[in-house]
Amino acid sequence: MSRPIFIYVTYINSTPGRVWQALTDPAFTRKYWVNHRNASDWKVGSEWRHEDYDDASLVDIVGHVVESSPPSHLVLTWASPKDAKDPDKVSRVSFDIEARGDGVRLTVTHSELEPDSPMLSGISRGWPLVLSSLKTLLETGEPLPGTLVKKAKQWS
Amino acid sequence: MDAVFKALADASRRQLLDRLHVENGQTLGELCKGLDMTRQAVTKHLAILEGANLVVARRRGREKLHYINPVPINEIAERWIGKYERHRLKALSELKRALEGSNE
Repeated sequence: MSRPIFIYVTYINSTPGRVWQALTDPAFTRKYWVNHRNASDWKVGSEWRHEDYDDASLVDIVGHVVESSPPSHLVLTWASPKDAKDPDKVSRVSFDIEARGDGVRLTVTHSELEPDSPMLSGISRGWPLVLSSLKTLLETGEPLPGTLVKKAKQWS
Repeated sequence: MDAVFKALADASRRQLLDRLHVENGQTLGELCKGLDMTRQAVTKHLAILEGANLVVARRRGREKLHYINPVPINEIAERWIGKYERHRLKALSELKRALEGSNE
């Protein structure tokens, strides 16, 4: 069976630089990504962690930076910490940030997912919420309610 | 947002979204199978869904695969539901304050 792919697209009234910052800067992510930060130096080969903003020992997702071309292209591997060494459970997320007219087209492609896995159902719920909130934050300065409070196990 | 509502206002287009929801990433040929629609009609409906950003097409070699994109639906839901969530959270915090206050 082939590995499922999900593609999420949102159009945001913003600039590629601001969208890149919103994905990588903890001060931004904590506002719309359930009080989490994405911790990394964003260089190819480096590790990255999706962790609680206030308690870095609570890590939900780990991976490596596969490609990094600010502010337009970022590719990460993606796994629960307990599954990070199992290639079947490591998926891949690409962020493509393109200027379109006055705004930005942000495409999130989540590929190489394990069929019927908890991760697959988790990201299917998670990405639409996170991306809607990111759009709202960048366009209005306010995140969506419900994305501020940490919920247990957002992605898994 | 008008484009999303217009796209969703047609049963055939909702049926195509249902099929992509069951199996994401299908070709035009796969989507046409078992449907009571001509290939041209499916092509037209897919173009409207793409125009509303509810379907995203991606090339894989010579094939064009179609993926459901639920983000605009979430944006619509949040426009109204989010507001009520905010009120609910406020009501809960007021209830908490009132209950805690009454214990004094």
